[in-house]
Amino acid sequence: MLRFFGPFIAPIVGLGFVLALTVAFFMPREAAQVTAQHEFHREPMELHLASDGPFGRFDRQQLQRGFQVYKEVCSACHSLSLVAFHDLEQIGFTKAEVKAIANQWATEQPSINPDTGEPATRKNLASDKFPSPYANETAARAANNNALPPDLSLITKSREGHAAYVHSLLIGYQDQPAELLKKFPDAKTPPSLHYNPYFANLNIAMPPPLAADGQVTYADGTNATRDQMAQDVAAFLTWTAEPKLENRHRAGIAVVLFLLVTTILAYLAYRNIWADKKH
Amino acid sequence: MATLEHTDEPNPAEVGESGVRRRDFINIAAVSFAGAGAVAVVFPLVNQMNPSADVLALASIEVDVSKIAEGQAIKTSWRKQPVFIRNLTAKEIAEANAVDPASLRDPATLAERTKEGKQNWLITLGVCTHLGCVPLGAGEGEPRGDFGGYFCPCHGSHYDTAARIRKGPAPLNLHVPDYKFASDTVVQIG
Amino acid sequence: MSFPWAEHYAPKHPFMRWMDEKLPLPRLVYNAVGAGYPVPRNLNYFWNFGVLAGAALGIQILTGIILAMHYAANAGVAFDSVEHIMRDVNSGWLLRYAHANGASFFFIVVYLHIFRGLFYGSYKAPREMVWLLGVVIFLLMMATAFMGYVLPWGQMSFWGAQVITGFFSAIPVVGEPIRVWLLGGFAPDNAALNRFFSLHYLLPFVIAAVIVLHIWALHIPGSNNPTGVEVKGPQDTVPFHPYYTAKDGFGLGVFLLCFSLLLFFAPNALGHPDNYIPANPLSTPAHIVPEWYFWPFYAILRAFTVNFLWVPAKLWGVVAMFAAIALLFFLPWIDRSPVRSANYRPMYKWFFWVLVADVILLGFIGKSPAEEPYVRIGQFAAAYYFAHFLIILPIISRIERPLALPNSITESVLHGEAEEAAPLGQQA
Repeated sequence: MLRFFGPFIAPIVGLGFVLALTVAFFMPREAAQVTAQHEFHREPMELHLASDGPFGRFDRQQLQRGFQVYKEVCSACHSLSLVAFHDLEQIGFTKAEVKAIANQWATEQPSINPDTGEPATRKNLASDKFPSPYANETAARAANNNALPPDLSLITKSREGHAAYVHSLLIGYQDQPAELLKKFPDAKTPPSLHYNPYFANLNIAMPPPLAADGQVTYADGTNATRDQMAQDVAAFLTWTAEPKLENRHRAGIAVVLFLLVTTILAYLAYRNIWADKKH
Repeated sequence: MATLEHTDEPNPAEVGESGVRRRDFINIAAVSFAGAGAVAVVFPLVNQMNPSADVLALASIEVDVSKIAEGQAIKTSWRKQPVFIRNLTAKEIAEANAVDPASLRDPATLAERTKEGKQNWLITLGVCTHLGCVPLGAGEGEPRGDFGGYFCPCHGSHYDTAARIRKGPAPLNLHVPDYKFASDTVVQIG
Repeated sequence: MSFPWAEHYAPKHPFMRWMDEKLPLPRLVYNAVGAGYPVPRNLNYFWNFGVLAGAALGIQILTGIILAMHYAANAGVAFDSVEHIMRDVNSGWLLRYAHANGASFFFIVVYLHIFRGLFYGSYKAPREMVWLLGVVIFLLMMATAFMGYVLPWGQMSFWGAQVITGFFSAIPVVGEPIRVWLLGGFAPDNAALNRFFSLHYLLPFVIAAVIVLHIWALHIPGSNNPTGVEVKGPQDTVPFHPYYTAKDGFGLGVFLLCFSLLLFFAPNALGHPDNYIPANPLSTPAHIVPEWYFWPFYAILRAFTVNFLWVPAKLWGVVAMFAAIALLFFLPWIDRSPVRSANYRPMYKWFFWVLVADVILLGFIGKSPAEEPYVRIGQFAAAYYFAHFLIILPIISRIERPLALPNSITESVLHGEAEEAAPLGQQA
């Protein structure tokens, strides 16, 4: 059986696959539809953060500013469910500041009434995760025209373009180009949506969150332009998505240096042992 | 082929005494570095079993004690362990102070086990020092043992009104955790 | 043992002698990867990848066991438990990134190991069994990797599980019941997640067991070598230890360096952003793409777009994808050329490199969206893949005229170094 396999059976089986693919290859194709998003979607603008590169460290001042933007602008609709208040100590807040931030947070933590067992809320503790502004997904959709504001904890890792995407999206709102409407008359942005070329399908449900310069007032005196706020919150969300980035970079440099030395020694040992053998 | 085999043998000219030593040194160094690396890798592999950040964040809790009436006790949870908070009556305090500490298995006075000026607040872990059961006596109607404090049903340890061991197999008094009064009515444990 | 001149295990210390009588494990190790295993002296760096694959499996098992201490296989909390590992567990980020990227590195070294076998004819007699067991390991790896990718329960996890179990529904009549049985439901959910976790934990140990068989089968004929000429005598071999342990030690260092660069400085480069979105059964991501190591096979699956010979396109795709791997089982009997190494097979060598380019092209197509021109390129590349193994190989193994083989490994080693060898020759 195996004796015949090579010369006879294999080529017949192979021909079967090749023929099926040849037929598929020559099948006529329908002309591909060119869509507005194909032509008008834009890649995010370049964004440089202190945390970029193998030696990158977070700029804590910027993270705190970004947190302020999240708190005063984004948190009204977007949850940050994977981050706890006490995590803020990592970006330079003191224990007491964290406690105050948790205590004064606008949305309270779901809880029960200790006397009746009825659903209730209580003030946030440092050990709590950031509470969601909505009780559940249905409530979130109902409040947002059936669109669901995504959780922001991992947003910079779960989108192509990462932090640069967040930055570009926040300041990328504009009027729909006349050119687009001329080419794709059906692609007019519906009244409930907003045109944004950095969003995958160009029409985003979120209204422009950073409407004007100076929307927040930074404690450190940084001028809160729209671009600055967008950069700061993108930096903050880079931290929420990857809080161990600094540990990773530090450990990585030590490990790579150690391995370099060890590998060079291993190479020399290898050459030693083989010194007398031709190979 | 006989001529070729000779290439397997070291060229005598190369094997100076120092040459051998240098080679040994490099081999030993390479193996030592690899060994040191392997030992270093063990650290994260072991350390991962320690309490994680979210567990440690719960290491400190605040309890409002304003609703505990005199003579009552509550059971709360700290680090996933029961904590008894008891508002002692004047009689219970007197009983505890009447005992000579030197006569006890684990000598301690009530004053040592409470905060100054707050001697009526007895805060202990609800974990029997014998084998870790939860003693009875914090809940209303539960047996409080022969000495009016707590009673562990597992092996019959009796604690008095200062939660000191008086009878039974437990070796030590109920543990008093680190705590402080954040205000008159709020206790911060841990 | 394979060669009569292999060094014999002779323990000196009384404890080792006692041990050798009671449980001759040190002897086994000595004969398997110690001085007792004679290996051709001319192996090049491509022979490092077997040991590196073993190291990669070791990394996966070690980090995997630890991750399982913190992971929760429940559809409600699986995603959050992975983030708990990334954020709260001590060094958790390191362990999880090492495991995720370790899977990629396992496949990188195994692919290099496979292509080394293809180039140097390591699948040919007398090493057919070594090759067959290797293909079994490869299949087990693919199953393990797929199920592991489901565990974080992100969008790609969920839709990957949906698509891959969907393969089975291509089987006529019994397909759909099999799919439902595999998932324990009508779509991936808790039942599927739990059984995938259980099997993902089990299969690596099965792989380890098959690796033992793989090495056992290898030790019967001994290792192949770049000339493909069999070992003729003691002058052709060196003991595995210290010669190849030293070389593998250096190889391991280079491997760990590359691994660390990715792990510490670009840990998400090979992953897909969508897997950081929790699984949502109501919304499919724009492009479903498997992990990179499945791209070539995914391209073959998608290349079949037309019903042909009464067989629906979907079934063609699934059968072809499995056939693309299964044909490797028959390779020792498809390629009948008596010469092993491509260095002495002028035609095969050429087609080998075309195959490498073809598989890379298939990988690129597997990653690209299902649009023109990618679909047509993919159809061409898939057709070439089958043609290479099933049509071209049988033909060239008949018509090719191999180059003259060296008489022995030693001769080939010293060939071209005649000038260096001359003084020694004169001494003799």
